[in-house]
Formats: sequence, structure tokens, C-alpha cells
Amino acid sequence: MSALQERLTIAVPRGALMREALDLLDTIGIDTSEVRANDRKLLFEEVGIVTMRPSDVPTYVEAGAADIGITGKDVLMEQSEREVYELLDLGFGRCVMVLASVAGDDPAAEALRRLGVMRVATKYRKIAMAHFERTGRQAEIVEVKGSVELAPLTGMVDAIVDLTATGTTLRENGLVVREEIVVSTARLIANPVAHKLKAAAIDDLLERLRAA
Amino acid sequence: MIHPIPSGTRDVLPDEMRELRAILAAAHGVFDAAGYGEVSTPALEYEDTLAIGGVGGALPAYRLFDEQGAVLTLRSDMTVPIARLVATRFATAEPPLRLCYVAHAYRGVRPQRGQSREFLQAGIELIGAPAPEGTAEALTVLCDTLDAVGLKRYRIGLGDVALYQQLLDASGIEGEPRARILNELVTRDFVGLEREIDELRLDDAAAIERLKRIPQLRGGPEVLARLDGAGHAAAEGLRSVHALLEPRVAERVIFDLGLVRKLDYYSGAIFEVYDPTLGVTLGGGGRYDDLLGRFGRPLPAVGWALTVERLHIALAGESSPGGSDSLGRTRPEARSSDGRERTSGPGVRSSGEEARA
Repeated sequence: MSALQERLTIAVPRGALMREALDLLDTIGIDTSEVRANDRKLLFEEVGIVTMRPSDVPTYVEAGAADIGITGKDVLMEQSEREVYELLDLGFGRCVMVLASVAGDDPAAEALRRLGVMRVATKYRKIAMAHFERTGRQAEIVEVKGSVELAPLTGMVDAIVDLTATGTTLRENGLVVREEIVVSTARLIANPVAHKLKAAAIDDLLERLRAA
Repeated sequence: MIHPIPSGTRDVLPDEMRELRAILAAAHGVFDAAGYGEVSTPALEYEDTLAIGGVGGALPAYRLFDEQGAVLTLRSDMTVPIARLVATRFATAEPPLRLCYVAHAYRGVRPQRGQSREFLQAGIELIGAPAPEGTAEALTVLCDTLDAVGLKRYRIGLGDVALYQQLLDASGIEGEPRARILNELVTRDFVGLEREIDELRLDDAAAIERLKRIPQLRGGPEVLARLDGAGHAAAEGLRSVHALLEPRVAERVIFDLGLVRKLDYYSGAIFEVYDPTLGVTLGGGGRYDDLLGRFGRPLPAVGWALTVERLHIALAGESSPGGSDSLGRTRPEARSSDGRERTSGPGVRSSGEEARA
């Protein structure tokens, strides 16, 4: 079966990565105009695109509901148990996972020194826990869903682990970066079964993405 | 009254049971014809005994104490119990031994992932038959079983756990860097794999290319033909198996030079079964030439297991009009592929009738 006949379903992340993901797909000849014109619609069967929040991309790809997908390395690290292939670093969507706390004397260091443990709010429980384990510090992880910056300002925690692209939000909330944990960029992932059964189509796409 | 059962377990009602029975009848027909004798082993074993088989991805998840305080565990696969059985009960039997089983195995689950704690496996173990002949026989019986069950569109991924190790040997990569590279391969992270190889700063450009590209190769026999130098040498095992396969088996095979499996007892050829209607494998297996030796009966061996529940889902997917994926959603490519297979596809019910005939 030729690469042209093997249709791929691509999971495209909504939000910060969406525009660059669609731009990239455009440059390799996938027409994304319908996706751009339609903010509410989620499934574009004609062009083989499904859109979703970035953290859902590994879920859909692992289940085979999408053959390939684009999502951030931060998402993949947080969901490291997902059985998907990570094929390509797409380079865009660069941001840094940081440990940050209120400006001035670091309350996290203070807590660690005097209490032996620091409280850290994050949406990335796994990445945060792995980081503190690796660096030999005890941390009590407080998982929050919304604006993480609020947590240290109210005194609920000593520090946060969060993703930052420019640092603006941190600065505006009086937080400073204490440590850089990992750099994240957008990645191309594939379902393990599609990776074998649609090898020609996936390799063809990879080739074009590498050249783009 | 609603009385709960543990997540990842389920009751099977007569409609489903009838269809599962048909699948098993078809499998048993193939096992019998190929001369594989059915065995049954206890679901509960001594933890210390199973531990001889080594630990890997299928670490036993459930343990309990017996009346004397010995630790019992629920088996996490059938290969290790059968290795134990062969060493104990067939200690002097003349190899090769052909054994088959249909049995439940038990594994731990991650929360909210829809994984099964208890699942039904149907499989074979061919003991005392070395590569490549034993491997080719196991693959042939695997195809016969999938055909008899009624699957039309399945494919078998065939790789070799020794292949990438040989490439690393050829470039003299040892110790910590080697472990890091293999970890990237096991976690299916090719971005990480390329990064780790770049960090080695090898002088040999051909070796870098080989280490990065070969594990990403998969396809027909042409992927083996394209290899040269160290890559060609490392693929000798796969070529020798391929040479022995009948065309009807060979055409189902996708060579996958980066294939890895989680269980740590595999030593050579490994395989996985795919169906386009399902996003996960239907089963798999491979050579485990060192496992029997751990139990005191050193014999080369190969085997595989299919997860019966997944065979059932794939059958239902293949027989539904247009073909659908694991979510029951009709997939566009199913319409563009061979229509004859689907319109005349036997489906679950008629495959059972074939098997009973």
C-alpha cells in the first residue's frame, strides 16, 4: 500500500502550541484552513485532524484514536507511562519547567532548612516529584489545577513547579525562578500499532517534517 | 442490590462467553493439529519459585500468605510457570516439547487506565527447538491460530532483542551510556535515543547513522536487504528466520529492527501481533533461550501468548461494516482498503461455526 493511500489521523493540540502546529502541517502540504476557520469544531475528518487539549494528545494516540499527535515534552514527561513512540523534536513551543518562589529570601530553602520539607504547588506532580527525588530533597506536593502562581502568594506553599515561556506571569506575581528543571519543546508522537501498520505514511511524514 | 467487583476484573455473561468459546475452540483446533499438548498450572505459586524466572515488566502484583506464612503470588504470565513445570515434570523428557495453554494471568494496573488485572491468555511454548527452525514453527502456528480465529487483517511485528545490542557492541559502547541508550529504546523515545548517541561524540559517521536509523526501520524483507556492514551482521538472525517462513506466514510479517518487549527473559527473536482495528497489540512472544536454564533444564525455547479478550475486540472490529477502531468509530482508511474482506468477513459468530465444523 502506498503512503498516499494510508491515511493518518493527526491529534493537534489546542492552545499555545496550536498555531505553530498548524503552520508546520501547512508547510508539509496538509491543508489546515478548515481547522483555523472553525474554532468550535473538534474533528476534521476530511483532512484527518482531531483537536484537543495538549494533555489529552497522548491519551488519544495511545488508544489508537489518532495515529500520530503533537504535544509538549512536559506532557509526555508527566504521562511517562503512556505507550507511544516519540519520533521527532519539532523545536517550537519552547518553555522551561522551573522551581520558583516569592522574591527575596527563598522561603523554600528556609522551609527545607528549618522544617526538613518544603511544600510545592504544581500541575506537574510527576515531574516535580522526580526532580526533588533526584536532588535529594523532601517535598510535599500540592496538586492544583488552575493558576499555580496564586499558591505561594497565599502562603499555602513555599514554592511552585511550573512551565514558563517568557517568565512574565511569574514576574507579575512577584515570583523568581530558583532552578531550571527541564526544557520542553513540541514533539511528534505515534501510536505503537500505527507505527508498524502505517510505517510508510509515518516515515513519509517524518521525512517531510525533518525537511521543513 | 449492586455488589462491586475489583476494577480491572469483570463478569462474562453467556453471549460473550459463547463468542470467547468459539475463539478458543478455533485456537485449540490449531494447537491439537500442530501437536501441542495442553497443560494447566496453578494460578497461585510460591513467590520464591517464580522469582527464579527473573523479574521484568510482568512483576507479580498480588501476594498472599498461606497457613505456614509462605508467600504465594498470582502468576503474571504462563511462560515462567511452564519453565518451572518443564524442569520439574519433564526433567528427562526428550526435547522438543510442545505445550499449549489457555489460562488467566494477573497483573497490577495503573489507576484509571482501563487495564485488566485478570486476563485470559492462549498460547504455546516450544521447548528444545533452537533458532531459527523453532522460531519459524512458532510463527507458523501463530499465523494458523489467528487465521483459524477468523482475523483477516492482522500483521506480526518481528524483531530481535540481540540486534541493537550487537550494534552497540560493534561501536564499543559499554556501561552507563549503553544503559541510557537502551532505556531510550525501551521507552520508545527516538528523540532521546538520538540525543544520547550525539552525546557520545563518535568519530565514525556511519556508526552514528546506523545506531540512529536502524532501530527506526520497519517494513518488509527489503529493510533487511538494505542493511550493510555491522547492520547486516546483526540482522543475520532475522534473515535466517525469514528464509524458513512459508510465503503465507512471511507476508504477514513486518520486520521491526527497533522492536523491544518489556519482559526481561527474551533472548533473540521477539514478536508482537497487530490488527488495524485496535490501537494495542493482541499479544506477542519470542525466544527465551536462557530461562529454562535458570530452572535447571537448559533448553532453547520460544513461545507466544494472545490475549483472548483483545482477539475478541479485534474480531468484532474487523467484522463491523467499514471496520472500526477500538472506540467503535469508523475509520476512513478501512473504507479504502480491500472491501472483499469485510463484506464476506466471517465475524465472530461465523468464525466459531468454522471452528466447530
